[in-house]
Amino acid sequence: MQWETVIGLEIHVQLATATKIFSGASTRFGGAANSQACAIDLAMPGTLPVLNAQAVDFALMFGLAIDADIPMMSVFERKNYFYPDLPKGYQTTQLDKPIVGAGRVTIATADGGTKEIRIHHAHLEEDAGKSLHEGDFGSQYSAIDLNRAGTPLIEIVTEPDLSNATEAVTFAKKLHALVTSLGICDGRMAEGSLRFDVNVSVRPLGSETLGTRTETKNLNSFKFMEEAIVREVARQIDVLEDGGSIIQQTRLYNGDTKVARSMRSKEEANDYRYFPCPDLLPVVITEARLQRLRDALPELPDARVARLIERYAIAAKDAQILASDVALANYFETVAKHCDDPRLAANWTTGELIGRLNGEGLELAESPIDAEQLGILIQRIGDQTISGKMAKQVFDGVWSGAGEVDQIIKERGLKQVSDSGALEQLVADVLAKNPAMIDDYLATEEGRRKKKLGGFMGQIMQASKGQANPQQVNQILLAQLQSLIQSRGD
Amino acid sequence: MHNMSIAELGLGLRSKTFSSRELTEHFLRRIATLNPRYNAVITVTEESALASAERSDEQLRNGAGGDLCGIPVLHKDIFCTRNVRTSCGSKMLDNFIPPYDATVVENFADAGAVMLGKTNMDEFAMGSSNETSFYGPVKNPWDITRVPGGSSGGSAAAVAARLGAAATATDTGGSIRQPAALCGVSGLKPTYGRVSRWGMIAFASSLDQAGPIAKSAEDCAILLQCMASYDPRDSTSVERAVPDYRATLNDSVAGVKIGIPKEYFSDGLDPSVEAAVMDSLAALRELGAELVDISLPNSHLSVPAYYVIAPAEASANLSRFDGVRYGHRCDNPVDLEDMYRRSRAEGFGEEVQRRILIGSYCLSAGYYDAYYRKAQQVRQLIRQDFVNAFEQVDIIMGPTCPSPAFKFGAKGDDPVAMYLEDIYTIATNLAGLPGMSVPCGLVDGNPAGIQLIGNYFDEASLLNVAHRLQQATDWHKLQPGGLD
Repeated sequence: MQWETVIGLEIHVQLATATKIFSGASTRFGGAANSQACAIDLAMPGTLPVLNAQAVDFALMFGLAIDADIPMMSVFERKNYFYPDLPKGYQTTQLDKPIVGAGRVTIATADGGTKEIRIHHAHLEEDAGKSLHEGDFGSQYSAIDLNRAGTPLIEIVTEPDLSNATEAVTFAKKLHALVTSLGICDGRMAEGSLRFDVNVSVRPLGSETLGTRTETKNLNSFKFMEEAIVREVARQIDVLEDGGSIIQQTRLYNGDTKVARSMRSKEEANDYRYFPCPDLLPVVITEARLQRLRDALPELPDARVARLIERYAIAAKDAQILASDVALANYFETVAKHCDDPRLAANWTTGELIGRLNGEGLELAESPIDAEQLGILIQRIGDQTISGKMAKQVFDGVWSGAGEVDQIIKERGLKQVSDSGALEQLVADVLAKNPAMIDDYLATEEGRRKKKLGGFMGQIMQASKGQANPQQVNQILLAQLQSLIQSRGD
Repeated sequence: MHNMSIAELGLGLRSKTFSSRELTEHFLRRIATLNPRYNAVITVTEESALASAERSDEQLRNGAGGDLCGIPVLHKDIFCTRNVRTSCGSKMLDNFIPPYDATVVENFADAGAVMLGKTNMDEFAMGSSNETSFYGPVKNPWDITRVPGGSSGGSAAAVAARLGAAATATDTGGSIRQPAALCGVSGLKPTYGRVSRWGMIAFASSLDQAGPIAKSAEDCAILLQCMASYDPRDSTSVERAVPDYRATLNDSVAGVKIGIPKEYFSDGLDPSVEAAVMDSLAALRELGAELVDISLPNSHLSVPAYYVIAPAEASANLSRFDGVRYGHRCDNPVDLEDMYRRSRAEGFGEEVQRRILIGSYCLSAGYYDAYYRKAQQVRQLIRQDFVNAFEQVDIIMGPTCPSPAFKFGAKGDDPVAMYLEDIYTIATNLAGLPGMSVPCGLVDGNPAGIQLIGNYFDEASLLNVAHRLQQATDWHKLQPGGLD
């Protein structure tokens, strides 16, 4: 039987506010355990929440960016359940009246087209703390770190509009680009700044009814998300083809061991006893507030792709990559500013730079070569000071901290020889020393002679100690060989 | 000294007839002597009281300090007090020492008032007789075989027994007004949002409101002046100027329209209490007030609506008491579930557990619409009753509670009978309106209270009418015997 996959996502996005959603404690990542939890975060008796206006603005910015309906009023509710890292015994979240209503996000599809993914809604809520089960507190104890408790989140819920793992990942990356472009999230997935819950079901191709779904929670990398979906789809198809049925359940996927397991079934689910939080007033959104935010909205990924293509005439594929991350796009634009060849700037940024960063597991902000230096390096290729090959050496030099571009070129004597008189002589010398190669070249059928040029080029570049301008050498070589052909033919 | 009003005490302090330290020592002695009989005060902060009295004396010597500077007061043990145990009347918080002050406590400290200690209360403010306190019941100073009312029974009894110049209290369904009535003192529950709830341990967040219990309406005016403030730490606190409550105390009540709701004079009302209430109303009519018969047709729905909404909110508010971070934790838990179960079963008393169960039930899947949603709809109807009434009248008056103080144990095994104690007071909490109780005479030697209900943020009218009544009558001056 042919199967069709239906995927919906729930995405938790940590908002990049300085303080928590209901208290003044810092949201900084990585502090000593419980050093960023105040009396409110600890749910001490008598303490009360006060809503962080910045968190509301960030949620609204997201709503504006996905062209969502934004209700005039939204309401916080209490979701009741006991857990040691949930200090109040309830999570303050939104249910019936979320801050952001229905919207849409457009993604590029594999066939070169686009697809609209509907967003059901996005709501504001607080994050829980963390339970620690290993540490210097002894194996008979668990410990609680409440630094994360009260960190503002928006939970974004999609409609089940995604059809496979690739689309889901494309969407997830687009969402990442969107929230980082908006500046509402730092995008650091390894720190849990974006976490994906994946709802997956399968059904016979062409069927109208949805199959029973499972939810795999808390995936914090695109790779794990893709793996988890692929494996879950395969598992469900196996079960169904063996005549079994899918049990609605919540699952966890371990990206390191590649093992997924059931966390709880529908029957074990809590009755959360939601009700409106009486400590918080309904949030009323004015048109003036929305207008202020709309006016201040930064450039969004789609607009950025279009602008990069328009302004720099770079390939659409490069523009997509560069626009996926504001910092990367800014980096590229600085590179382009310092050289005359934006296409080459795009190639180097998306190729050499990103490859190197990924290879060494570095963030862009940690790049040993800054955008200005990369721009200068590309300019040195453009103005023919150095060859592309030399440029890679210089790139390595800057990367390893040997100095700046021009300094390395000078110190290593890497300047390429572009003096045509000197190059004419160099080529003539090499030809004179290699009559056999010339004979071979001349004996070769005209259409295949191009392949023989490499041998001459190698010798000439070696003779110049790599400093000859390869394009120039190529032209001179062809001209001299042509005149040889003519002289022999005469 | 202990019978003097706050204004008289202020004069005495300023004229150096006595110092705040002397006044504080006087009340501390009274607490030491009399409190064992009443159990109204559960924590005495003698050392810090004397220190703060000396600071206030210093201020007074410099000609500084306002109406409450140097005045010894007691705080209900629901208000968090920095470095002083705040138990909320519960074993759960018997070991809890907050690192912060409630805004109300802070306001009093800023005004130079002296905190003598903390008053007893029904556990987590759940009760109408003070019998649910972990620290034992408070005895009514008028008759120690009778309850003082609740949940602010400690505050009301302490003021009746003159253990402090005044006391703070809170009111979720009548917890200021009912004990004030049963102990023969004056108590005011302000409009919801008038006084900050920051640092006040929550029972039912949408109903809880702090207010004063004192010997007179005038004292209440001075105390409310201090308690009322906009507080950015409480999102439900209302940013609205606080009027000068004393300035209008003596305004004439001639022409003031007093609404008399027929529903508040129905079958359950003790005829002697009704007679006492009618005496006060007659006194007001003599002062020129106009009595208008009105109807609050949905009154009979307030107790059932309240006993859905209040427990629902409480069930969530009390979830934080889980034994994890502070408060009572059971010995040697075998796992997390065991720790939760035993810590809460041991830490909470029976009434608190009952209300958590009721509240959880009302919010459960499948019951929410029938109970919680319905109760919220009823709440709208009750609010609308008052909005309609205040189109005709300036204030509403009636009995505070159906009968005088009952004997200990009289309603102990019948929660519903206990819940009906608040039949006349609960509606104002549901509507968020200000309400007040002042003494209106004795019934067989026990005090009865008359209730005044005002329009939103119109505490000034309540205080004005109550004060004029107290100028014309002496019921508020009646005292239990055996106090001196």
